[in-house]
Amino acid sequence: MDTIVLWLTNLIPQMSEPVARLVVHLVYAGVLSFVAPVVVVVAFTYMERKVIARIQDRVGPNRAGPLGVLQGLADAVKMLTKEDITPQNADRPVYNLAPGIAVIGVILIYAVLPFAPGVVGADLNVGVLYIVAVGGIGTMAVLMAGWSSDNKYSMLSAFRVVAQMISYEIPVIIALLMVVLVAGSMQMGEIIAAQDVPFLFTLPLAFFIFFVATIAEIGRSPFDLLEAESEIVAGFHVEYSGMKFAFFFIGEYMHLFVGAGLVTTLFLGGWRGPLLGNVVSDASLFGMLLGFVYFLIKTVFVIFLMIWVRGTLPRFRIDHLLDFGWKFLVPVGLFGLMAVALILKLPFLSSSGLQWVGLLVANVAVIVISLALVSMAARRSRSVALRGVAGADR
Amino acid sequence: MPVYQIVHVIVFLILTVMTLGGALGVVVSRNLFHSALFLVLSFAGVVGYYVLLDAGFLAVVQLLIYIGAIAILILFAVMLTRGLMDKRQSQTNQQWLIAGLAALLTFIVLAVVLWQVDWPVASEQVLASPSMAIGAKGSQLGQDLLGTYVIPFEVASVLLFVALIGAVILARETES
Repeated sequence: MDTIVLWLTNLIPQMSEPVARLVVHLVYAGVLSFVAPVVVVVAFTYMERKVIARIQDRVGPNRAGPLGVLQGLADAVKMLTKEDITPQNADRPVYNLAPGIAVIGVILIYAVLPFAPGVVGADLNVGVLYIVAVGGIGTMAVLMAGWSSDNKYSMLSAFRVVAQMISYEIPVIIALLMVVLVAGSMQMGEIIAAQDVPFLFTLPLAFFIFFVATIAEIGRSPFDLLEAESEIVAGFHVEYSGMKFAFFFIGEYMHLFVGAGLVTTLFLGGWRGPLLGNVVSDASLFGMLLGFVYFLIKTVFVIFLMIWVRGTLPRFRIDHLLDFGWKFLVPVGLFGLMAVALILKLPFLSSSGLQWVGLLVANVAVIVISLALVSMAARRSRSVALRGVAGADR
Repeated sequence: MPVYQIVHVIVFLILTVMTLGGALGVVVSRNLFHSALFLVLSFAGVVGYYVLLDAGFLAVVQLLIYIGAIAILILFAVMLTRGLMDKRQSQTNQQWLIAGLAALLTFIVLAVVLWQVDWPVASEQVLASPSMAIGAKGSQLGQDLLGTYVIPFEVASVLLFVALIGAVILARETES
């Protein structure tokens, strides 16, 4: 933020430095809280509907505005004008608080995301741990929403959502631990600085686990059993209408953006890019803009990957979902963590180039071995089932 | 007074209202779910205290463990009890006089302890010995946990592991 503060004090000479710093931070917080939700939701609902439509061989929104660009605006107007119904026996204070807390839990993560070199709300020493901690607030909002709606199915769905979210927090933490071990710090700025080679290429296992677990944490397809309309009747937000439902919707898309932003920061190098750092300096305003552009490109690419996964895979059943989290992701993650820790301590791999190659080999080895074990187990159980059915096996 | 100190005092007052108000709400509220939520508010106040004391790591750990795990566990347990919303249940049982006396005595003891002990108030005094560096940077905490205090650390891990296995065994479907 120092560059921006400097620019502001040059622009308005009467402003002293602490006041300029306060103004910059307040404006940053205001932009994140009031502008980011609207922009993120409008842009990414449009992108999602267009991409999924193309995957399904249709066109997508093309009526509202040229090429359907104003579709997000149309959705917003629709949700604003819907009647705000509250169930009769609903617990009013909790019912009204729940959507707000869901969005608060997501906006708090934006505070540690580095959008550009030097542009970060608070570069905490424990940034990575903070992200995991704040995820718990969203879980609480779901419980509050499910319980206060005075609806059995709502409460059942809330239980399932919380089970899913806390189950997938552990693979997230393990993947983050792998990154923190290699980067040597929990600070987001230092993790970006340690990525001369992006961690996607040195820790592909961590990338895979974090990517999948983030999709599960957000509650998107293929993990959206809990809120899909054809399943448990839209789940914990069935009794919400109008602006309160819009808040849950906003919270989900903001979580999508921040999850993709985290994948970018931790595995794709954040705002780093070709010319930044050597030709264009980090501390200049143009450097900041260039860094922000790189960050946006990478994040939009990751969001495209997530939308691609959504449009392609069928939904998981709740027991398959929890099995996948606990019985596959957690053990594989733990083995990967041990492998990474071992490689980092081996004395003959101490130069950074060799270490990266060693990490890559270890990660790929863990992936290959675990997938081979899983396929052998599946083949064995499938032949048992076939023998039971037809008296023959392949 | 410098601006930062005024802000510090204001923030401390807000956090005090949050923590003590939350604690009061736990006891006074007629609705059990609301009590659990007031408890979460109280925990959040303690997070603020840790941040004020410059113990960032502890603040985040408090958020992660108390609000992200323990509070959710309490909410689950509360949601699965009966008579949750019964507003006609009385808030006291027959032993309220003895309980009140015990609470009063505890209060007197705590008040005397808080008054008479010479608490170190400056942060330099607190961080003087390495064992007090709990609030310091994460790396120092890691060194202490795996160096000076490795045995309590390992014992705590074994305890958590036993609890995890116990929970799995209790919740497992019994095979007929």
